[in-house]
Amino acid sequence: MTATPVLALRGISKRFGAVQALTDVDLEVRAGEVVALVGDNGAGKSTLVKTIAGVAPADDGVIEWRGRPVRVDRPHDAQALGIATVYQDLALCDNIHVAGNLFLGRELTRAGILDEVEMERRSRELLETLSIRIPSVRIPIASLSGGQRQTVAIARSMLGQPGLVILDEPTAALGVEQTAQVLDLVERLRERGLAVILISHNMADVNAVADRVAVLRLGRNNGTFDIRTTSQEDIISAITGATDNAVTRRKARTSNAEDHA
Amino acid sequence: MSTHLDKSADEPREGADTAGANADRPAAPLIEGAPAAAGAVTAVDPRLLVREQGVRGYVREFGRKLRGGELGSVPVVVGLAVIWAVFQWRDSAFLSPKNLSDLSIYIVGTGMISVGIVLVLLLGEIDLSVGSVSGLAAAVLAVLYVNEGLAEWQAILIALASGAAAGAAHGFFFARVGVPAFVVTLAGLLAWNGLMLQVLGTTGTINLDRDSFIVHLNSHYFVYIAVAYGVAGLAVALFLGAQLLDARRRQAAGVPFRPLGEILARTAVLAVLAFAAAWRLNEYKGLPLALLIFLVVLIGYDVLLRRTRFGRQVFAVGGGVEAARRAGVNVTLVRIAVFSISGLMASVGGLFIASRIAAANQGAGTGNLLMEAIAAAVIGGTSLFGGRGSVWSALLGMLVIGSIASGMALLGIEASVQYMITGGVLLAAVVIDSVSRRTQRSAGRG
Repeated sequence: MTATPVLALRGISKRFGAVQALTDVDLEVRAGEVVALVGDNGAGKSTLVKTIAGVAPADDGVIEWRGRPVRVDRPHDAQALGIATVYQDLALCDNIHVAGNLFLGRELTRAGILDEVEMERRSRELLETLSIRIPSVRIPIASLSGGQRQTVAIARSMLGQPGLVILDEPTAALGVEQTAQVLDLVERLRERGLAVILISHNMADVNAVADRVAVLRLGRNNGTFDIRTTSQEDIISAITGATDNAVTRRKARTSNAEDHA
Repeated sequence: MSTHLDKSADEPREGADTAGANADRPAAPLIEGAPAAAGAVTAVDPRLLVREQGVRGYVREFGRKLRGGELGSVPVVVGLAVIWAVFQWRDSAFLSPKNLSDLSIYIVGTGMISVGIVLVLLLGEIDLSVGSVSGLAAAVLAVLYVNEGLAEWQAILIALASGAAAGAAHGFFFARVGVPAFVVTLAGLLAWNGLMLQVLGTTGTINLDRDSFIVHLNSHYFVYIAVAYGVAGLAVALFLGAQLLDARRRQAAGVPFRPLGEILARTAVLAVLAFAAAWRLNEYKGLPLALLIFLVVLIGYDVLLRRTRFGRQVFAVGGGVEAARRAGVNVTLVRIAVFSISGLMASVGGLFIASRIAAANQGAGTGNLLMEAIAAAVIGGTSLFGGRGSVWSALLGMLVIGSIASGMALLGIEASVQYMITGGVLLAAVVIDSVSRRTQRSAGRG
C-alpha cells in the first residue's frame, strides 16, 4: 500500500458555467486496489471520472500517472496512458457478435481481411482468463443477459492492457446473480494487479469488493475510508453530510419500533 | 443488514446463483441438448445455447433461429419458390431458358442500385435519391460520349464519379451538418433529376451506339457453354476451398469449426443451384455478361461487408451509433463513405439501365425505379431498422420483383395489377421484418 499510486489526483477543480462541479478533489488509486467512489446524486462522481477519462478535462489541478504528472485532454490521452473506462450505458453493439464487439475499433486483419479466427481465439483466451462464462464468442450481444453484457464490456476494456479500470455503476441495472458475476470479475481484476475505480450507489456492492471508499460531497472530498475499519453508518453520514439524516432517522425509527414490540 | 453485506458474503451469492437459475428462467425451451463435442468453452453454463455437431444439431439450430425470429433470407427464398411454382403452373413458358435469361438481365440494373440501398439500410438510414442519381449518370454518359465525343471509358468514369460525388454530398449534409438523411436525399431526388434534365438539354433522348461497350454490357452473352459451366465450377470450387481452409485454420487455432459434412452439404446446395442456372442459361444464349458482373459485384460487396474493417464499422454504426463512436469508429466518415457507395452504385445501375434500352432519356431514373430498388433490399431480408442484412438481399429481392413482373407480363396481366401485387409483397416483407424484430425482442435477442 506504500507503493506509488497508479493514479493520483491533486487539487482537481472543474467548473461548468455557473456551477463549480469539483473543488480541490484529491484521489489516489494503487495497483491491486479497488477504490469505491461514492456520493449522492450531483456530488461530482461522474464529472471526476470524465476528467480522468479525458472527456471533460479539469480546469485546475494535477493528474499524476505512476508518479509523473500527465495531461489528459482527450479520451485518446487516457487510453494511451492505460486508463480504461466502462460507462454505464454499455457501449456495445447489439447486432455484432461477442468477439466482434471485443475487438471493435481495433480489429485484427490479415492482408486487409478481418482475421476472425485469431480474434475469436484471443477472445476465448481473454474470457477464459477472466473466468467469464459466455456460450460462444460468435453469438450477438443481443442474446446475452445484462450481467453477461456488462462482463463483456469490462473484458473489452482489458484488451488495451490498462493499468486502471474505471467502472461507472456496473451493477446498476442487474439482478442478484448477475451482480455477483460482475463483482466476481471486479475481484479478478484486482487479483491481476489492476487499479480499479468503482462508482456505485449500492453500498452492498461497495462493501463486497472495495478496499477503500472515497466519498465526494457537493464536489469536494468528504473523507476516504478503509472499508474494513469503517462502519457503514459512518460512510453514509459522510455521503449525506450529517449524522442526522434520513438514513439514520429511519434506522432509529425501525429500532424504536422493535423496542416497543 | 450488515451481515448480509459482509465482504465474505460468498454463500448467499452461491445460493442466489442456483435460485436464479431455477426460478427466473424456465430452462426447457432454451436448452438445446448437450454441449458441443469439440472445441466447447470450458465449464459451459447449461442454460446457454450450444449447437450440437452434425446434421441434427444444424436442423435444431435452424429451428431455434426461426422461432427466435432470426429469419434472414428464409421468407424470401420460400416466397420465390412459391412465385415460381405458381407462374410455372399458369404458364409453362415462365421457367423457359429465354424467360429466365431475360429475367437475369432485367434484374441487374435495379439490383445494382439496390446494393447501395442495402448498405444505407444497414446504417439504419434511407437514400431516396438513387433513382435520380442513376438517371443523372446515364445522361452524363450519353452527353459526354455521344454529343461531346469523349472516349467511352472516360465518359463512363466521369458518370460513375458524378454518382459517387452526389452520394458524398448527401453524406456530408447528413453526417457532418446533421440534416436527416430522409430530407437530404429527398432534396437530392428533386435536384439531381433537375440537373439530369438540364444536362440532357433540348434533345430529350440520346441514343447509344449499338456497338458501344456500354450497350454490350447487356447484349453480350458468352455463347460457349463451357463459360457458364466453367464459372459455376469455379465458384463451387472456390467456395469449397475457402470453407475447408477456414475450417482447418479454426481447428488449428482451437476455436469451433464447421464439420466436414456440413461443408460438403453447403457446397452441394451451391453446386446444384449454380449448375442448374448454368444449364438453363446455356439452353438460351449462354451466360449473360451483365449477370456475371452483377454476381462479381455482389461477392465483392459481401466480402467488403463481412470480412473487412470497414464492413464491421458499417454494422457497428447500424447497431449503435454511440457504441461505435466510443469504440473509436469514425462515424462521420463511415456515413459519408456509405452514402458515396450508394451514389456510386446508383450510377452503376443507371448505366446498366441505359445499356438495356440503349439510350439515355428524360424518363431515366423516374417512375417506380427508386421504390423497386428499396423494395428489393427489404424483400430480400435487409432490415429497415439497421444493423441486419446482407447484399444478397439485392439479388433475392430483385428476383422476386422481376419474377412477378415477368410472370404477369407472360400471363397478360396489366401493370396496374402488377403494382398492387408488388406493393403487397413489399408490405409482407416489412411486416415480416417488424414481426421478426419483435420476436427477437421477446426471445431476448433484440
